[in-house]
Amino acid sequence: MTATIDAAPRVTEPEDVPRRISSRESLQDRIFAAGARGIGLLVLAIVSAIGLFLGLQAIPTLRHYGLRFFTEYRWLPDRDILGIAAVLVGTLEVAIIALVIAFPLALATALFITDWAPAAARGALIRLVDLMAAIPSIVFGLWGLDLIEPHATHVAHWLSKYLGWFPPFHVHTDVNYPVWNQSPGYASYEGSAAMAAIAVSMMVFPMATAVMREVFSQAPEGEKEAALALGASRWAMVRTVVLPFGRGGIIGGTMLALGRALGETISVVLIISQAFQVKINVLASGTATISSLIAEGYREATPSQLSALLTAGFVLFLVTLLVNTIAARVVARSRHGGATEL
Amino acid sequence: MTATLDHDETTEAVPPVARPDGFAGRRRAAGRTRADNYAYLGAFAGSFATTWVLYEHVLPFSGKVGFVLCWYLLLIAFTAGITALIAPRHLVADRVASVVVIGAPAIIGAALASMVIFTVYRGFHALTHANFYTHDMSGVGGLDGLSHGGVLHAIVGTLIEVAIAVAVSLPLGLSTAVYLSEVGGRGSAIVRTIIEAMTALPSIVAGLFVYTVLIVDLHFPSSGFAAAMALSVMGLPIIARAADVVLRVVPGGLREASYALGAGRWQTVWKVVLPTARPGLATALILGIARMVGETSPLLLTTGASTFFNSDPFTNPMNSLPLFVFDAVRSGEPAYVARGYAAATVLLAIVAILFLIARIVGRERRASR
Repeated sequence: MTATIDAAPRVTEPEDVPRRISSRESLQDRIFAAGARGIGLLVLAIVSAIGLFLGLQAIPTLRHYGLRFFTEYRWLPDRDILGIAAVLVGTLEVAIIALVIAFPLALATALFITDWAPAAARGALIRLVDLMAAIPSIVFGLWGLDLIEPHATHVAHWLSKYLGWFPPFHVHTDVNYPVWNQSPGYASYEGSAAMAAIAVSMMVFPMATAVMREVFSQAPEGEKEAALALGASRWAMVRTVVLPFGRGGIIGGTMLALGRALGETISVVLIISQAFQVKINVLASGTATISSLIAEGYREATPSQLSALLTAGFVLFLVTLLVNTIAARVVARSRHGGATEL
Repeated sequence: MTATLDHDETTEAVPPVARPDGFAGRRRAAGRTRADNYAYLGAFAGSFATTWVLYEHVLPFSGKVGFVLCWYLLLIAFTAGITALIAPRHLVADRVASVVVIGAPAIIGAALASMVIFTVYRGFHALTHANFYTHDMSGVGGLDGLSHGGVLHAIVGTLIEVAIAVAVSLPLGLSTAVYLSEVGGRGSAIVRTIIEAMTALPSIVAGLFVYTVLIVDLHFPSSGFAAAMALSVMGLPIIARAADVVLRVVPGGLREASYALGAGRWQTVWKVVLPTARPGLATALILGIARMVGETSPLLLTTGASTFFNSDPFTNPMNSLPLFVFDAVRSGEPAYVARGYAAATVLLAIVAILFLIARIVGRERRASR
């Protein structure tokens, strides 16, 4: 604009051409971009090589055992009978019970942090949940094994005695015997899937809480205040504004926690008594998960059994991957806008 | 109360309804009245007393977990009952929801506190022996007392293994995050998808992978280096993803301002993006490291738990704190179990220190801004 006004009187000047903008990057920038891209592709190669390796390892196993690998519940390397039906069911049982315990606690804690706690305490509570996420799993295992299990078996006993008609609570034993005096040869209440799930629930609780809290804290302030101004009590406000807004976070956080619960190893290995049975009586002693199978079985494994273990691990990876992908989708869809731009 | 008002045709004519408690002054806008506080207190005390009578004396129950569960349920019931005497139904729902919501973090807090106290209490006896910090377990028999042996080898093992794993996975993970969020391009979507997928890799499977490739196929000995590789395989996607999330939150306006001033891409990343993201990056990375410190299952497969001091990660087996705890507690010998709990306390202390460092690094920056 200014150029045309300037140029108007001087007729002799050559015609205006737009200044050529050079977008050639400096050497420094080219080195940086190439280096970063190189490292990114290197990491891609490493990481996908791991996934590929696991996938390729599964081929000989699946060729040898066929689909029976998924329906066989016994794991008898000596007789060449291997299958993951029991461990797959055990893994799902432990993870689902852990979620049944952790979900209400995480939901209520997330609501407490965003809507009940005084503003001054909010930061400290968030930090405490973060700290809980960093506690080593072995410590949760010790806590579940030595402190909680002796008391929790009483609850399991009570459930099986009075609610034993509900199949998951049934235990094949004489329920009138006290907990500490089970007749030999019968199932006891220790080392069950439910006991392991208590420790696992404490491990996945921080993850579920963190995701839910983050989504709840983004609930629109105006609508919350509008609800309160209309005379809603705090619970009515939470029920009508915060919970509908945070539904994606609730589902996504729970599924991320499920993904973590599926792969948990050490606390489960510490607590359960390993047994390869497909059963829904989760209060009865004896279960096995894919990760406990790997932790207990790798040492004596021949190369072909190692490949079977890797296949079991690959199945676990795929299940976790599926759960995490769905969770990421749900959480991403529930986030409105994202980061604020300056 | 509200129900009667709704059906009353002459509502607008009558003066403001007197409150049931006869209070006529300025309305206090607090969330809770004194009556509410008394109701909570009454429900709290009443439910505790009832649970105690039922649990310890009337019914044949026992076990502390059941006691707490029973108390929690009765507390909810008592709150509902007492509030129903003085308030309309929608307020009862609010009070019950409050008790439920406040009760959950209380249970978690109790679990967390009992966990820390229990671990320190069971390990306290071993922690008071100086040799616990200065000796290893070589030549210590199953029945030797706590004045023999220690966990120096496990502490050193953990530090070496985590240091190698961090040295491998931190630069790679951070550079990948910079590539994903600052360089981008056609390949970056694939890299991001694959990395997000690999965060789903369970740690035991990472351990089994390294065990199969490094130890079985390549005949590498069980060693600290193999363990560090397993930790790296597990930690690399976690660190890359955490750093990527932090970098993506840096406002795009800052980058544009930097380009507008004539800075190049490298200068923008180095002088603007990374310093802005520093507190968040530090927190995310240190939390990732804390997770590596406490991880047990990949170590179980790769280090071959030694009882002697070994600071060479390449030749002989090594031990580490989580693995030591696992083996010690499983052995069942009282002295070993006590050492296991003491080692778990040391592990908790290391995690707490890392967490404190993360807080300090995160806060220092905010103060100087």
